[in-house]
Amino acid sequence: MSVDVDKAMADLRSKVESMPGAENKLTMVVMSGELDKHLAAMIIATGAAAMGMKVILFFTFWGTAALRAADKKGRGKNFMGKMFGMMLPKGRNKLVLSKMNMAGMGTAMLKGLMKKKNVASLDQLYEVAAQLAVKIYICEMSMDLMGMKKEEMIDYPDLEVCGVATMLSHAKESAIQFFI
Amino acid sequence: MPDYTVSKTLDYKGLACPMPVVKISQQIGTVAVGDVIEVHTTDPGSLSDFPAWAKTTGHAILETRQEPGLIKIFVKRQK
Repeated sequence: MSVDVDKAMADLRSKVESMPGAENKLTMVVMSGELDKHLAAMIIATGAAAMGMKVILFFTFWGTAALRAADKKGRGKNFMGKMFGMMLPKGRNKLVLSKMNMAGMGTAMLKGLMKKKNVASLDQLYEVAAQLAVKIYICEMSMDLMGMKKEEMIDYPDLEVCGVATMLSHAKESAIQFFI
Repeated sequence: MPDYTVSKTLDYKGLACPMPVVKISQQIGTVAVGDVIEVHTTDPGSLSDFPAWAKTTGHAILETRQEPGLIKIFVKRQK
């Protein structure tokens, strides 16, 4: 019996290339809305991009509030949307710690320590993320649920609204998946 | 004496994780393949992070020198 080696090789190659986790890519779901968890997410994201990985961030639920711009407003919100808008932090610089916040004292203290120890702030990390072409997706349903509008989100070079399938297709191709 | 010459020296003193690795990843492309960059850092994490970064990105760490209050890392661009 003769075997077509070229065909077998081509089949094998296409199989390997379509295997889950075959790409040098990291997909991270950012669900939490607290400062400490966002710091972790952005340090991992920028670190992975520095390691040469393609990085995909999917912001959902409480995470979406971190992407609001401090100086922008969403128009045409209903009552519930306005309430959510008031209750949720308006952007990354309004996030507080998940533990030891102590009515804002803990968060202020940590920010002071970070400055003293020259640890990059969220502002700096977003700037680096943009330079390293980290992709940010925002969950469409979370935004809709909380009445957020795309127009009130930060200016970021690669920011898109999407659904769960987009994130999952990236996650399937990614060598690493994280959830914060 | 090391048998290589440094073509660029970068000062990352005072920077904390992840910035040293982020910055070297942005700078490695500014020298020619085969050139060596000398990095000065005070971040102890760099001792393990630079080799990990080099292994993943395909570059080489030629030498790591620890001096009082200063770490010197010699990075060679491989590709």
